[in-house]
Amino acid sequence: MRVKNVLASRWGIIAVGAFIGILAPVLQKLGNPGNMGICVACFERDIAGAIGIHRAAVVQYMRPEIIGFVLGALAAALIFKEFRPRAGSAPIVRFVLGVFAMIGALVFLGCPWRALLRLAGGDLNAILGLAGLIFGIWIGTLFLKGGYNLGRAEITYPSVGLLMPLIMLGFLALALIYPQITGEAKSGVLFYSVKGPGAMHAPLIISLVVGLAIGILAQQSRFCTMGAFRDLLLFGQTHLFGGIVALLVVAFITNYFLGQFHPGFAGQPVAHTLHVWNFAGMALAGLAFALAGGCPGRQLFLAGEGDGDAAVFVIGMIVGAAFAHNFGLASSPKGLGPHGIAAVFIGLVVCLFIGFTMRKKIA
Amino acid sequence: MSSIVDARGLSCPQPVILTLNKIKELGKGRIEVLVDTDTSKENVSRAATSKGWEVKDIAPDGTGYRLTLNKP
Repeated sequence: MRVKNVLASRWGIIAVGAFIGILAPVLQKLGNPGNMGICVACFERDIAGAIGIHRAAVVQYMRPEIIGFVLGALAAALIFKEFRPRAGSAPIVRFVLGVFAMIGALVFLGCPWRALLRLAGGDLNAILGLAGLIFGIWIGTLFLKGGYNLGRAEITYPSVGLLMPLIMLGFLALALIYPQITGEAKSGVLFYSVKGPGAMHAPLIISLVVGLAIGILAQQSRFCTMGAFRDLLLFGQTHLFGGIVALLVVAFITNYFLGQFHPGFAGQPVAHTLHVWNFAGMALAGLAFALAGGCPGRQLFLAGEGDGDAAVFVIGMIVGAAFAHNFGLASSPKGLGPHGIAAVFIGLVVCLFIGFTMRKKIA
Repeated sequence: MSSIVDARGLSCPQPVILTLNKIKELGKGRIEVLVDTDTSKENVSRAATSKGWEVKDIAPDGTGYRLTLNKP
């Protein structure tokens, strides 16, 4: 056991936030979509497209960053003896929360990481998204104060904790066996985008290495965007908050110097200007993240260190992306999907149902 | 005589909530907190320290840790 984990200190988490704040805009410079250097929700949605569980032609790509996040977190957990295979804390609830977290995020068009990166790139619509996120998390803290919890996980076989990393290794193998062919929408079993955000990406190896590096550092620092707001609202604690402030400030500076800062509401990349739905989509996502105990990034890092319940949340998000595009729930730069509003309301009702009914006293 | 908070198997932020509830209930004294991840160990330590409690000891316990919190 180490005496002290430097990355889990105040300056440690600020450093990790700053590190992500530099690398995300650089990934954008190297080819990732606008204000989407890293977006956990969007990239999991692209993976859903790559394996064909939705067929939205513009968002299909096996994003190596996501694979790197999980494998990097696994590596860090193994190196520092923090790998704890555990599972069994209401997995079906975590799946459903993952589904609606993704649907909410795709109404806004981004996870909390991208909300910060959008703001750092000058997209002022992100202010509405972040306000909605904070509102949703605040609702979540009310449930937590009222005794909401999903019960205990159990220690289990190491192989249980390895399944999500193995799935990611499988995805990486598919991406290497069936690489993108220029101008082709399919390579072997994988789908690719020939235009749109799914066609925009940094070179695979760079995306993978950055993903691995962030996975290692974020696992060690416990970086979590939802937790940052939750701990502030629930306990008045600023520890995790330091990380997201660092991400926002450093990403803004990096964007500024890379010529990627363009302030305004209209014409922002992969964004729409419907303020109410930017707010409401992220409110739904924020509530789902709070009830599940982590933002999408954090759930990937937890899945990497052996948390089988976080892995179920991740699968829920990927399946949620399929619903979002197959059912016309996801927004696009043109505006809302035909059934996006209905999905937000259904999602909020489901989350409230979960929050109100799952508050068993812990002995 | 110390109170025990068993936060094993609970995900964020339950270990901190349970610990802070116990701290509020007792006001002072000695609390033993059982956790099973390093994240929970760090979070509980940070929360206890912020309330003026001392983390007297962190000992390995099974696959996790037993934290001893103290406020005289």
